[in-house]
Amino acid sequence: MCGIVGLFLKDKALEPQLGALLTKMLITMTDRGPDSAGLAIYSNNSDAKSKIVVQSDTPKIEFEGLEKALSAELDAPVSVKIADTHAILTVPANKLQGARMAIAAVNPSLRIMSRGDALEIYKEVGLPKDVAARFEIDQMSGSHGIGHTRMATESAVTTMGAHPFNTGDDQCLVHNGSLSNHASLRRKLRREDIHIETENDTEVGAAYLTWQMKNGATLGEALQSSLDDLDGFFTFVVGTKDGFGVVRDPIACKPAVMAETDQYVAFGSEYRALVDLPGIETARVWEPEPATVYFWSHTDQPTEEKAA
Amino acid sequence: MQTLDLADIELREMNATLHAQAETTNQTAWEIVNPKGAHAIACGIDAPIEVTVKGSTGYYCAGMNKQATINIKGSAGPGVAENMMSGKVIIDGDASQYAGATGHGGLLVIKGNASSRCGISMKGIDIVVHGNIGHMSAFMAQSGNLVVCGDAGDALGDSLYEARLFVRGSVKSLGADCVEKEMRPEHLELLAELLEQAEADAKPEEFKRYGSARELYTFKIDNAY
Repeated sequence: MCGIVGLFLKDKALEPQLGALLTKMLITMTDRGPDSAGLAIYSNNSDAKSKIVVQSDTPKIEFEGLEKALSAELDAPVSVKIADTHAILTVPANKLQGARMAIAAVNPSLRIMSRGDALEIYKEVGLPKDVAARFEIDQMSGSHGIGHTRMATESAVTTMGAHPFNTGDDQCLVHNGSLSNHASLRRKLRREDIHIETENDTEVGAAYLTWQMKNGATLGEALQSSLDDLDGFFTFVVGTKDGFGVVRDPIACKPAVMAETDQYVAFGSEYRALVDLPGIETARVWEPEPATVYFWSHTDQPTEEKAA
Repeated sequence: MQTLDLADIELREMNATLHAQAETTNQTAWEIVNPKGAHAIACGIDAPIEVTVKGSTGYYCAGMNKQATINIKGSAGPGVAENMMSGKVIIDGDASQYAGATGHGGLLVIKGNASSRCGISMKGIDIVVHGNIGHMSAFMAQSGNLVVCGDAGDALGDSLYEARLFVRGSVKSLGADCVEKEMRPEHLELLAELLEQAEADAKPEEFKRYGSARELYTFKIDNAY
């Protein structure tokens, strides 16, 4: 099964409540998947700085002295904020690309959850309520966010197998469904030098999008071609720096409900994930069409791109 | 009017209360408030009662219904009125995928749109949709009538058996072995009756009828054991 929630705020007044609203939505979806949970929160505090979120199973030991070591390796000021098993590293924006190698040099066992100017991904094994509480997601503000609760079918229940998956700077993917051709696609993508860490099917989906965009496709084009190249069931929700997108496979048996008001656009695997949102009684509620790419963005007019 | 508030009682208690109503009950009018998209609301009722759900429902609302009239004053999640035996289910809003699936009897009315797989494997139920229906609707439908006042999506009536399909608007594509058929006087009569029962503002003459061409493997007598 798996449960997905997403919230894109149009009304800035709601931004301080983003984490609280998303947490509540995700907890409602707990019985669609109790194995692991994750949230991607977008909040852009400064264009001059970028963020990398890293994870460790032994944070007390591995985060000790990280700030100093990384600042020295990168030759730039790095600040480290620790949240349970995750650490949010803030680096100057022009150092983001070098930071990955610097982290690997300082401590290769640190796992990178996300990187970007606005994106922070938090994910762990456990119930949504416990995972959200560990990182105090309900205290976070932001412009948009995505949550996922996992019922594992294709690979092990681990932190790295949890969603969302970081697909590129400020981009992430969550998935409800299962991909059937992930093994052959993984081999193909690895030959193309795309880094794939786990045996998880969704990670291959995420890597596929990364590969497409590396070859010049826009995210919209990459999602469009995923309809041809990915075999299996999927409802995808993707996060970008400015907004989020939704695409369902042509069979569309994995559920999806959306709601829109003047204040927000919301996504839920089921309607009950949306019932506590403000003004839901008068919201426009609908199901996204199969094989259709939808996007909402803070920078452009909302676009709906119909599949061929 | 009896009111069951899902903010106060558990889903199972609500359904058990409705299941306890006998054929001869005096408490014939029920109202369910605060449904908030919960699953399996008003499932398995077997009594001639009227149930009004004040809001939108989740998976499998009004499943296996017998005798009861259930009115959803909102939209319905996947599998609404699945395997209905008799009675009537009316949805004021939209219905999600596989509405009325495998239904044996009764009438399902959807006043908004229905999503994919509406009436999949229907076995005698009548379904009237005021709006549009999604892809793969009436897949392997065996008997009963599906009436669509709007448009139908891809692969309508794929691998159809004896169910009759009536569509007023466009059909994006027909499924395997589904063909347009002539509208005879008895079909117009049947359609008029269903439209009236469903309070649909449409004329029977505006519809086209679709059914099975009976050309698939299962219809060939030489393939019988």
